[in-house]
Amino acid sequence: MLPICFEWHWDVGHFVFMGLFYTALTIIGAGVVYTFMATMKDLCSGKDPHEHGHH
Amino acid sequence: MDDSKFWPQGVTRCKPGAFIAWMLVCLGLGGWAMLSAFLCIYKGLNQTNMNDFFAFGVWIVVDLAIIALGAGAFFTGFMTYVLRRDELKNIINAAVIIGFICYSGAILMLGIDIGQPARGWFGFWHANVHSMLTEVMFCITTYLIVLIVEFVPLVLENRQISKVPDLSFFAHNLHRIMIVFAATGTFLSFFHQGSLGGMYGVLYARPFAYRTGIVIWPWTFFLFILSAIASGPSFTTLIVMLTEKVSGRKLTSHKVKMMMGKVSAYLLSFYLVLKIADTLYWANVTLPKMGVTFGELYGGGPYGTYLVWMELGLFGVLPALLLLQRRVRESYGLLALAMVLNCCGAVMNRFVMTIQPLAIPVLPFEKFVGYLPSWQEWGISAGVIAYGLIIFSLAYRYLPIFPQEVELNKG
Repeated sequence: MLPICFEWHWDVGHFVFMGLFYTALTIIGAGVVYTFMATMKDLCSGKDPHEHGHH
Repeated sequence: MDDSKFWPQGVTRCKPGAFIAWMLVCLGLGGWAMLSAFLCIYKGLNQTNMNDFFAFGVWIVVDLAIIALGAGAFFTGFMTYVLRRDELKNIINAAVIIGFICYSGAILMLGIDIGQPARGWFGFWHANVHSMLTEVMFCITTYLIVLIVEFVPLVLENRQISKVPDLSFFAHNLHRIMIVFAATGTFLSFFHQGSLGGMYGVLYARPFAYRTGIVIWPWTFFLFILSAIASGPSFTTLIVMLTEKVSGRKLTSHKVKMMMGKVSAYLLSFYLVLKIADTLYWANVTLPKMGVTFGELYGGGPYGTYLVWMELGLFGVLPALLLLQRRVRESYGLLALAMVLNCCGAVMNRFVMTIQPLAIPVLPFEKFVGYLPSWQEWGISAGVIAYGLIIFSLAYRYLPIFPQEVELNKG
């Protein structure tokens, strides 16, 4: 549900509930995007992919 | 057919023939589930024994049980990445895979349970923000995304896949920020485990389930979180122990298992103190205020007071006392026994809270109603087990899940 949806109300319930939901999705999305960007950077730098060892 | 080049470095696995035979057994179980799912979608939910009394049946019991048992993923992740308990890095991969299986299995099962899976997105777009179930749905699906993100680097660490530089870098970079995903997963898990309990606690027309609480959260909100984080680490450890027995190989040191047992012991003890206090308050204060007695709720049908003794005593106090003792945790067999009892307690709690409130009459003209699942309902429940066996077997065979395996099996 987005604020453009006709069922949306600007009340505490919607703000807290949907706010936390979109915050969680944003954090996950930002983490994945950061990983993609860091991977691109590593590939362009010509590093050895196995120098970081095992986890 | 030789698939050994896909095995983790330095380990051995069973012969391909034996593995394929095992997969066929699992797929047979999965076939039963597929037939059941087809009937439920094609013909409708009349294929189940759910009715106007039982809107929740065995699927919800299994759902809630596996979500509680899958809590080992987020709580072990929280202890490993946020609290920095490095010893648990030896079991965190298994915990993530088990969590992924439990949550994705639960969502697949819910897809059938809602009757029209194609309309599953309605809950997101037309969200009722005052519903505990909406919160559960949001958090479970979002947490599944977190679990997928945590599972991806494990898949990319396969011996052959990790040879691709792009994928190796990607897995490495995901690992570097895993604390972000672990913390997000912890937040999401705490709330949906709680809201599953809260969903029952707010049913003021069902005296068996209704509880008082704090602000908008009934006591069941907190009790469900505690029982999940108490049983989750036990379930993860049990699966590892079962894999050790089946494969004949040592996968984690006993010290790691003892630590998981200790975590379960303290959390289970804390949970039981609150659960017993809640039960006493509910029986002596809440129920009389609602005009019913404790005895009336257990007087009809097959659900007698023995369930209370089993849930709190046999599957509660007993495993807590066992797990609290170092001597018990040092013994492989006794540790496994205590963990089995602990997990049974969580499953029984979810069964009692789901089925019993619906079976007990709440209006003067109603009678006690019984419920037994149809073969289609059992089929789909069995399908989740088959799904879990297939995913975990494939992961064990081809992914480096256990960092200690090579060292523990030398010589």
